[in-house]
Amino acid sequence: MEFPEEFKYTEDHEWVMVEEGLAVIGISDFAQDALGDVVFVELPEVGVVLEAGKAFGVVESVKAVSDIYAPIAGTVEEINDELVDAPEIINTSPYEDGWMIKIRMIDASAADNLMDAEAYQALIAEES
Amino acid sequence: MTIVGTSGLVLNEKLLFEHSDPGRKGYSLPKLDVPSAELPAELCRQEINGFPELSEVDVVRHFTRLSTWNYGVDSGFYPLGSCTMKYNPKVNEAAARIPGLAGIHPATPSHLSQGILELMYRLQSALAEISGFARVTLQPAAGAQGELAGMLVIRAWHEARGSKRTKVLIPDTAHGTNPATASLTGYDVMPIASEGILTLEEVEAHMNDDVAALMVTNPNTLGLFESNIEAICKLVHERGGMVYCDGANLNALMGIARPGDMGIDVMHFNLHKTFSTPHGGGGPGSGPVGVTEELIPYLPGPGVECDGLGVDCDKESYRLESANADSIGRMMAFHGNVGIMVRAYAYIRSMGPEGLKYASEMAVLNANYVRARLEGVYDLPYKSRSLHEVIFSDKDLEGSCHTLDVAKRLIDYGYHPPTIYFPLVVKGAIMIEPTETESREILDEFCDAMISIAGEARDNPDLLHQAPIRSKVRRLDETTAARKPKLRWEEGG
Repeated sequence: MEFPEEFKYTEDHEWVMVEEGLAVIGISDFAQDALGDVVFVELPEVGVVLEAGKAFGVVESVKAVSDIYAPIAGTVEEINDELVDAPEIINTSPYEDGWMIKIRMIDASAADNLMDAEAYQALIAEES
Repeated sequence: MTIVGTSGLVLNEKLLFEHSDPGRKGYSLPKLDVPSAELPAELCRQEINGFPELSEVDVVRHFTRLSTWNYGVDSGFYPLGSCTMKYNPKVNEAAARIPGLAGIHPATPSHLSQGILELMYRLQSALAEISGFARVTLQPAAGAQGELAGMLVIRAWHEARGSKRTKVLIPDTAHGTNPATASLTGYDVMPIASEGILTLEEVEAHMNDDVAALMVTNPNTLGLFESNIEAICKLVHERGGMVYCDGANLNALMGIARPGDMGIDVMHFNLHKTFSTPHGGGGPGSGPVGVTEELIPYLPGPGVECDGLGVDCDKESYRLESANADSIGRMMAFHGNVGIMVRAYAYIRSMGPEGLKYASEMAVLNANYVRARLEGVYDLPYKSRSLHEVIFSDKDLEGSCHTLDVAKRLIDYGYHPPTIYFPLVVKGAIMIEPTETESREILDEFCDAMISIAGEARDNPDLLHQAPIRSKVRRLDETTAARKPKLRWEEGG
């Protein structure tokens, strides 16, 4: 399982990568592996304001339906439309093609408070 | 050990569309003796090509063969956790087929339908007595609608007091439908974490003046009794909220403890779980709702009323009474799913108070027997004592085998698999609810199969990965079925 060093992670197994003032958000390799084959993804509309810690979408696998939580607050600037027809991308490429949304952060430094790859891996080791 | 699952000749069956032969039919009509008329073209559907044309025997064989592929509580052990798949005694069916009960028209006036109204009145009184609530409505069509009715009652109570609370607390061990119900009732769901059971401190930390209700399931989906429930209800009430209990697991409590006495304000029953009416096949179910005295004005209507008290009603005085002004309104057409009510009433009366209590005791004993036999073979994530169901996980399984593989392999042994991957708080959960209707002999055979499967995982894991191998169809491609569902027949498709 891979956990890119340059990403930040949450306890709910989302990842965040900040690029050009936008936060790109997806779910971690651990999350996609635990979910199993993803069959459906529901994402918010562009323009929606997300509150940190609140559910912003849904990911459904053959095992379970799970909420996806906003790691940080902000406004949705872009969503990954390709996931609607090809949700399996989340399994095959959780960190690149499987990104879910890009948000403009209310507080540009909010991502700094999230876990780094090392802390996240320690959390997973504890959970499993 | 006797392995129940065996192989034998299983008849295959085509789709009805594939049987079709033009001109075949299963009816004969008298000769036309009036002038014929054409149907207006706009009323005729054109898009179904190859609509099947079949004889009576084609149709009878088709559905009879399909029925042989079925597995139900009448075929064998069905330990589907949280669903309470108990055996449905046939006397219930006999009662439901009594012509006066089965054939009565729902629009029959009250004075000509005293029998069914009396039965409904007695059933709602019996459910109120079993659960400790002041009043029970029989209207809701099944569990999910019962939940909705119950939460709408709570919402109406808040609104009548001018309270505009927006949130509902739901622990991670509550029944899976609860968040959907809260959301459909217009509330935001606040999930709260529990350590097996809910603590007063955890509720206290979240219970503020924006929380309308707490939704719990007791016993919860880990099969554990919420032993802090009285203190939790007291706290929620002090802070202006209500407590909803999902009654899905009432089978552990009958005749032993009453949710109404614990401080719960509203609870729905699943007659198709606890009270042995048929479960599955798409229904119908029935989801009565019990409430405290304070909430009676908000119940849906109409309900059965009578003059006099309790079951000592004056003769011929049962009647359907319209809902009052504060009611949340009607949930169902006419009287609700009456045929199911007849079966539940037959069950309650044939069991009697002692029988219902004994059923709950045996349900708990059976779950603990399975737990004792499988503990050490399968990981048991929560050690506190189980009630009517027990949750294992695949953590200790060898050979890269997972919960899904165990479930599929159980099919080869002739059992319906238990609920898997639920509750979500347990990774790789295997949720076993044997119910009271299984004998020790059946439980031993099932546990032997589970132990044997754990051994196969170690010695011959491929057996599990390929399972089921003895069933009519092998492991289905659930992923493609979900991603690219094929929902209708197409010629040559």
